[in-house]
Amino acid sequence: MTIPRVSLRSVNKHFGELHVLRDIDLTVLPGEVIVVVGPSGSGKSTLCRTINRLEAVDSGEIRIDGQEVPAEGKDLAKLRADVGMVFQSFNLFAHRTILDNLTLAPTKVRGIERKQAEEEAMRLLERVGIANKAHSRPAELSGGQQQRAAIARALAMHPKVMLFDEPTSALDPEMVNEVLGVMTSLAAEGMTMVVVTHEMGFARRAADRVVFMDHGQIVEEGVPEAFFDAPQTDRARSFLASVLTH
Amino acid sequence: MNAFFEDLGSLADGLGMTLLMLLAAGAGSILVGALVAVARISPLRVLRGAAFVYVQFFINVPLLALLILAVFALPAAGFILPIVPTAIIVLTTYESAYVAEALRSGVNTVPQGQIEAARALGLTFGQSLRLVIVPQAFRAVVQPLGNIMIALAMNTSLTAVVGVVELTAHVNKVNLVYAQPVLFYTTGGLVYMGIALIIGLLAGRFERKLAIVR
Repeated sequence: MTIPRVSLRSVNKHFGELHVLRDIDLTVLPGEVIVVVGPSGSGKSTLCRTINRLEAVDSGEIRIDGQEVPAEGKDLAKLRADVGMVFQSFNLFAHRTILDNLTLAPTKVRGIERKQAEEEAMRLLERVGIANKAHSRPAELSGGQQQRAAIARALAMHPKVMLFDEPTSALDPEMVNEVLGVMTSLAAEGMTMVVVTHEMGFARRAADRVVFMDHGQIVEEGVPEAFFDAPQTDRARSFLASVLTH
Repeated sequence: MNAFFEDLGSLADGLGMTLLMLLAAGAGSILVGALVAVARISPLRVLRGAAFVYVQFFINVPLLALLILAVFALPAAGFILPIVPTAIIVLTTYESAYVAEALRSGVNTVPQGQIEAARALGLTFGQSLRLVIVPQAFRAVVQPLGNIMIALAMNTSLTAVVGVVELTAHVNKVNLVYAQPVLFYTTGGLVYMGIALIIGLLAGRFERKLAIVR
């Protein structure tokens, strides 16, 4: 049996009174692309952030490649290094150039030589189409460019899995496609991905499996065609009706 | 008139001592202040508490009292150090409390997302602080730090009271000979003003160069 790249077992989390994750079970196989959709406040972002424990959980078990992700400490940092994360608000290090953003973790966490890290970083920037911005600061880039740089920064660590937490929600519409393009090509290359998004087109095109969440629960999951064309639950039907009508 | 120029030369020596204390205590207080600020925001309660007490102590005790204590009480307790290093240490610890407070306010300007990004990449808490949070906090407080350095420059003059022969002490000495207090103290004051202006200009330059555009 293949060891799942990511597995969540009975994960629960509360924000005060609010039960934001209810008994979440999720398995992501190597190379799989999972797209998590659902209304806002459904807990999908929180789910994504618990995978590398940026969000603490109350109970349950999280494993990466069969190894349990500890709640804190140096071992947690080590495991996080293997999990790439892309945020809604990019979160590029504002005081460093794009190139330095890409080389920081490889040199400091992995101990890779600066020169080698820079060569790799340039290759990645080339790949996401912003090599000419290597020496600029984040604020000098457009939102789309910043998000592509953030994806490259995560890729520089050679992650086992990439988490995308609403990567296009903060972008102007004309910049969404350049970011989705990079994500689609990553998916096509076999990167394991967990993507929280409102981009239904991307879900249909790139997902191996769509996970629909509502009120902190995974309500339905399945291949995109099945989910979009014949949703099984009322909640999924009404969600799809509300997002696909316009 | 020759004697007058010789005395001007001695004023220059005094200025040298003032600048030495300013540079040594300035660099020292930024270093110590950064460490205290880190302790102040650390997850360890003991460290946070110790840093809080440190800051409160040095902010709430007059510098002159600290200088007198260090110069007269420490030797009595068996700690004997030459006067200039003693003065530099007192100035460093005193100003570092202000630096720590300025930096702490700077840390609060660093967006949560920066910290999350650092942690998500696998940086440890210490690395996140050192490589992401503190550098950004520094950039946010260049002007306040400049003001603290100006205050430090002024504060060096208090060391004259405990026997450091710096600019103010030289002015005192020269004035004893010529009895021209208005002339000499005005001159001394202008020199301090010049130092303050230079620090202010440098801080402005640094700020423009380092400022983070978000």
